[in-house]
Amino acid sequence: MEKFTVLEGIAAPIMRINIDTDVIIPSREMKRVSKEGLSDGMFSNWRYTEPGGREENPDFILNQEPYRQASILLSSDNFGCGSSREHAVWAMAEWGIRAIITPGFGNIFYGNCVRNGILPVILDNKIVEKLAKQVESDPDNNLIKVNLKNCSVTGPDGNKYSFKIAPADQEMLLEGLDGIAITMRQDHEIMAFQERDKLKRPWIYI
Amino acid sequence: MPQTIIEKIWDDHQITDLGDGTSLIYIDRIFLHERTGSVALKGLEASNRDVRDPEQAFCTMDHIVDTTPGRDDNTRMPGGTAFIQTTRKAALAAGINLFDLGDQRQGIAHVISPEQGIALPGVTLVCPDSHTGTLGGLGALAWGIGSTEAEHALATKTLVIKKPKTMRVTFNGELSTGVTAKDMILTLIGRHTAAGGIGYAIEFAGNAISKLSIEARLTLCNMTIEFGAWSGLVAPDEKTFEYVRGRPFAPAEDQWDQAVTYWQSLQTDPEASFDKEITIDCSEIVPQVSWGTSPMHEIGIDRHIPNPADEPNENIRTSMERALDYMGLEPGTPMDGVPIDAAFIGSCTNSRVSDLRAAAEILKGRKIADGVKAICVPGSGLVKKAAEEEGIDKIFTDAGFEWRESGCSMCFYAGGESFGLEERVISSTNRNFENRQGPRTRTHLASPTTVAASAIKGHITDVRNINISKTDQD
Repeated sequence: MEKFTVLEGIAAPIMRINIDTDVIIPSREMKRVSKEGLSDGMFSNWRYTEPGGREENPDFILNQEPYRQASILLSSDNFGCGSSREHAVWAMAEWGIRAIITPGFGNIFYGNCVRNGILPVILDNKIVEKLAKQVESDPDNNLIKVNLKNCSVTGPDGNKYSFKIAPADQEMLLEGLDGIAITMRQDHEIMAFQERDKLKRPWIYI
Repeated sequence: MPQTIIEKIWDDHQITDLGDGTSLIYIDRIFLHERTGSVALKGLEASNRDVRDPEQAFCTMDHIVDTTPGRDDNTRMPGGTAFIQTTRKAALAAGINLFDLGDQRQGIAHVISPEQGIALPGVTLVCPDSHTGTLGGLGALAWGIGSTEAEHALATKTLVIKKPKTMRVTFNGELSTGVTAKDMILTLIGRHTAAGGIGYAIEFAGNAISKLSIEARLTLCNMTIEFGAWSGLVAPDEKTFEYVRGRPFAPAEDQWDQAVTYWQSLQTDPEASFDKEITIDCSEIVPQVSWGTSPMHEIGIDRHIPNPADEPNENIRTSMERALDYMGLEPGTPMDGVPIDAAFIGSCTNSRVSDLRAAAEILKGRKIADGVKAICVPGSGLVKKAAEEEGIDKIFTDAGFEWRESGCSMCFYAGGESFGLEERVISSTNRNFENRQGPRTRTHLASPTTVAASAIKGHITDVRNINISKTDQD
């Protein structure tokens, strides 16, 4: 997994509440048993003129310059709600999104981001809307900076906002770690738990 | 110290406290399906990792499989066959329990999990599927995860999780005739938004919950994800024990008493406190129908489509305008009377025998309206068999419904099948997102009885005006 430390980049505001994972990647775009090759299907119902087609809809923000180079998304509350499909995150990572800043995320989507090198940042809605307005006035130059080491977002005007992230999630992103390898260090504890639990709840161990 | 049921289950599964509210949690049961489980199993193979305790992992084929009679591995979705065959091969190689096509036990993960006794009170159960919270209906702590987390759970039998906040939603009072668990959960989401539950594990409590059948509790918990919640459950009671007893993967008779004693301890202590409390009076609930593109866009059948201009919050107003545009509806239109093109009964929300029985009671001796395409997809092979033994299939087909093989089917477009562009569907499913049931398809969520009644009328209708006698309560 790619490490995340500090990122400065173009941000694309898609300020709608409840953007669900069916919107981020429709089911029909998940064509192969793979984490790859999904970026073409990202936001396909909004990005292309026809369902299943590939003719770009010029009105959609990610089809416009300079947002085609965006590495940060700004959005509204409950981003990534709905289906657990990790394909939504794989598609975004492949397309080039490295951070998403919203007032709130769907729980499963948030966890999927952390496991794929995308930093989910939660900031107050008023701040996200302010950042969106600043970006829109000059997207080429009004870049946003995200620093995971000190958990801060710096707006184009130099204002700095701090955000919270669970230490385990922060470590995984900063180090680009494999979660299974970290947990396997506790193999002894897992086995000891099972031995105790077998006495308390034997019916679990079928 | 007094504890909630959520904290009790959490403590009984905590292997290590990792600090800052995060724990290494033991996972009792892992369920997979061919859509997202395929990638997880393939990922494990690629990293040369084994499934730890494969006897406690389960896999079904439900998401992409065709549901038309006489089906095989071929799917309407291009490339779908590869998902089915990759999953089968990997599941067999890993030695996990597989409910494959052709096996009568095959069906929707969250329908067969209770049916087989895989979901039990007090277990932790995960599945790379957002509707896993359904199993909270039995008192399980169950939640949806991504494919990478599923790999983690399969390889280690654990997950690293931040402890959720707790919420109690208390439903008091009597449900009126024609009002179901589906209407209860839609009411909660409508009142408290699709983000109202973010970060919470919920206990559903109150005398109205005690009276719900187990299958109705599964429906209620199924849509906790649409409320934004991490999980939701109902404390187990005598009804739960009676439901579980004798099922294939349930505790054997010689372990039964020990299991029941343990399960009886899984009650919230009287003095325990929750981070948030919500109370709803069931006597205020009428049959609910969604009008927009989020489950929070829903109203009582006796109401009119809301006017975005009346909404003070700009974000919500914009989302309402967009939704009405997508749905082709005007503010002020009565919900009762909106014409439909199609009706769908199925999905992990409402495809169990009790759902089909309730819909059949409406359909019996009646015909669906001309021009309406209607489909019923039982939730599992065993649900289908049980319904057929009661003659329910005949009632559906005589009324003009198609009667299908089990699977997720047209709850979403993965099967590659859709009702069509701008077709309006009344649906017993859980999501009315843009393009969810197919490109530009317009979905209205409702209970199976409201779907059946609307199919007969040819427009969205108040099921209470059709003669019925039963509710989801005893």
